[in-house]
Amino acid sequence: MTIAEDPATTSPGYKWVGTRMIRPDGFEKVTGRARFGADIKLNGMLYGHVLRSPHAHATIVSIDTSEAEKMAGVRAVITGADFPDPSGPAGDQDLQRNVIAREKALYEGHTIAAVAAQTRAQAKAAAEAIKVVYEVLPHVMSVDEAMAPGAPLLHPKLMTKGVDPAPTEPSNVASRAVYQGGDLDLGFAESDVVVEGTFTTKPVHQGYIEPHAAVADTTPNGRTTLWCSSQGHFTMRSLSAKVLGWEPSKLKVIPAEIGGGFGGKTTIYLEPLAVRLSQKAGRPVKLVMSRDEVFRATGPASGTKIVGKLGFKNDGTMVAGELWMAYEAGAFAGSPAGAGSMTALAPYTVPNFLIEGFDVVVNKPKVAAYRAPGAPMSSFAVESLIDEAAKKLGIDPIDIRLKNAVTEGCTATYGPKFPRIGFVETLEAIKNHPNYQIPLGPNQGRGVASGFWFNAGLNSSATVHVNEDGNVIVVTGSPDIGGSRASMALMAAEEFGIDAARIQPVVGDTESVGYNDQTGGSRTTLATGAAVIEACRKVIADLRGRAAKQWDVALEKVEWVDGQAQHVEGTQPPLSLADLARGWNRTGGPLTASAALNARGVGSAFSTQVVDLEIDPDTGHVTVLRYLTAQDAGRAIHPSYVEGQLQGGVVQGIGWALNEEYIFDRNGKMENPGFLDYRIPVASDMPMIDTIVVEVPNPGHPYGVRGVGEVGIVPPLAAVANAVDDAVSRRIRDLPLSPVRILDAILNKDS
Amino acid sequence: MSRIQVSCTVNGDSVDFLCDADGSLLNALRDELGLTGIKEGCGTGDCGACSILMDDELNCACLIFAPEATGTTITTVEGLADGDHLTPLQECFLEGAALQCGICTPGFLVAATALLQHNPNPTETEIRYALAGNLCRCTGYDKIVRAVREAAAQMREASA
Repeated sequence: MTIAEDPATTSPGYKWVGTRMIRPDGFEKVTGRARFGADIKLNGMLYGHVLRSPHAHATIVSIDTSEAEKMAGVRAVITGADFPDPSGPAGDQDLQRNVIAREKALYEGHTIAAVAAQTRAQAKAAAEAIKVVYEVLPHVMSVDEAMAPGAPLLHPKLMTKGVDPAPTEPSNVASRAVYQGGDLDLGFAESDVVVEGTFTTKPVHQGYIEPHAAVADTTPNGRTTLWCSSQGHFTMRSLSAKVLGWEPSKLKVIPAEIGGGFGGKTTIYLEPLAVRLSQKAGRPVKLVMSRDEVFRATGPASGTKIVGKLGFKNDGTMVAGELWMAYEAGAFAGSPAGAGSMTALAPYTVPNFLIEGFDVVVNKPKVAAYRAPGAPMSSFAVESLIDEAAKKLGIDPIDIRLKNAVTEGCTATYGPKFPRIGFVETLEAIKNHPNYQIPLGPNQGRGVASGFWFNAGLNSSATVHVNEDGNVIVVTGSPDIGGSRASMALMAAEEFGIDAARIQPVVGDTESVGYNDQTGGSRTTLATGAAVIEACRKVIADLRGRAAKQWDVALEKVEWVDGQAQHVEGTQPPLSLADLARGWNRTGGPLTASAALNARGVGSAFSTQVVDLEIDPDTGHVTVLRYLTAQDAGRAIHPSYVEGQLQGGVVQGIGWALNEEYIFDRNGKMENPGFLDYRIPVASDMPMIDTIVVEVPNPGHPYGVRGVGEVGIVPPLAAVANAVDDAVSRRIRDLPLSPVRILDAILNKDS
Repeated sequence: MSRIQVSCTVNGDSVDFLCDADGSLLNALRDELGLTGIKEGCGTGDCGACSILMDDELNCACLIFAPEATGTTITTVEGLADGDHLTPLQECFLEGAALQCGICTPGFLVAATALLQHNPNPTETEIRYALAGNLCRCTGYDKIVRAVREAAAQMREASA
């Protein structure tokens, strides 16, 4: 039986699960002791600097590094020629070309070369002395430009996948995803009200406060150690190895603390460069991005164009939905157009639908995952249209969603049947909250939206050791971005029945624990947690056996209760974890066990949110008055950090809705690559985020956990736009809802 | 270019270090003194992750040339706690889960320390404006504001 199928563990009444322990890594993080990527310093370490393309699209005619190599302090210079030719599947070749350009630079900021020198200033001066001859090519910066007939091509061999018949000419469209059901024409014919519109969103950056950093140390015998801050050091190992042309085992990756990721630290940028520079220099090399580089060369999330149309009956029943969606992939294929297509209508029981999603390359940095990747944009379109329909039909926005909400047993638009889910519960929680009844004043508006995200399971491993003093070490390979050490400790404490303070959770390097996929997809508490639970149960089974041996009784006579082995008939004094640890010399040696699994039973997540805001009619400025979110967490292992995920996702979504966007000049250069001009929300922009953690246990997890990290960012885009419409009766379908755009709408220039 | 010797007081210690004339105090504190609790999030004074107190004034270390530190008294996040005895702000950040990834936390703690030195009883709005120069991408600020408010209350009670 796998861990997830053990019914004995699904009952509540927990002692540690659901409590709010101080996080085990907290002291280090409030005293400045925690070591993040850029904090690693090795003896003899050199500093690197990356030369990046100043052009959005250009052929690289030649690169002359001879001057740079002669400069003071310079120990190594690398270009694309220092790496194996791109090979393997298309995705691997794109990865190789994104890390360092070969034939062409495909976006401003694309890596061309890198230098390692004794000081930062020397490395920078040498990088600037590299002579690159470019032949500038015409660029495309939007899906409209990229999909136009005769558009300049980024990749001369890119053939659209998912089109029948297969195309014979290359284009900038990498793929088309389609999800359909029922009879669309019939659905719209049956509709009493049809709402439609074209929606656009701009690329936005994940905006983690810690820039990317990597330190590599390659010894002459070829062993390489890499320190980096990432969402998954095993993935950094395998991706770096692909670019270096190595077997992954040649690399040891040690995880530094990670200063935010949100999906943006799930791929490699600096890591193979640092390794190659170190190999060439014979010294450790550190590479750290500036904020400017983070904006120009990493992330962002796709800009999108979405044409949507929904049909409803007079009673609010959604009967038809049609979506045409194009997602910018950046310079290489791989936008989340597919996920956007799958999630768009997933919360609703619409019988007739057609959803098409296009993955389109443009001359911008290759997009990376960002919290529920793809879903916020398609949800923006769908939830805005639902709001329009509700207003036309005179139905409360919560009620129209309740009317169409998916429940257990419903078939999702993307195929599978939903197990037990908590969507309706989030809608009811909002409807019953006092915030939803507060009267609004002039220029104030209220907006509602909901969102869905799959959540992920994937691969996790854990090893549990009992120390000789009876305390427990829990080793996983999942970087802790938001308190996961605490949730691992709580789950292990629950299993062992000991104080959570006696559990030491550790994030092990790639040679200290089995393989773990990344901290992403809202998967860590669910999947790595399941591995921890399974490893704990193996140790507990062993402990019972040791007690049986010591007492010379059958195994069934021993049960594990409150951190000790007890004889079921009470004929022996109990043996504590410490007693059994002290006796391990006589009972079979040290106490340790590992577990490794493909997590199954992933529980999907739903969120419903309502925002009240006020618009200054003279400036178009939006003040967020109050914000309420309700999200199904299944079971909150550490409620504070669950609330934190919900709140953080909401505020990122508000930034996406109101402020954030990449702005490019006509040459395809980013004009706002800093936090002054790319403005993420600050404390004075925000109210408290009122937070309801709904708990509809996930039947697929021993404690009922659902992932909580991502879905919170899905509803805010539409919730804010719906509130703006409510306040000033202007439906704006283009993000961000900047003051100038709102003022334009108020003055009727743009709506 | 010859390097400049700088003498100052950092977290109670008299220290000397060498720096370039155009080197930032941020790099000097991190590289020369090993005070890596001070973080660089932007290098342009927009994120507050490198917040320090310099002669009791809140500053971004990335915006100060290292030689300007001569003769000053500097407090960094490493200098807030007394050994393992945390300040009320540090305790309240931990109790209130006011950090997720923790990269911005040193800057917030220093900025909030500066706030409470000047204003022991700030309103929520005052806290939000005082911390508006510190960016946090994880928390949405809710738990940070609550932690500062709670620490202020505890400190007022302790001094009453």
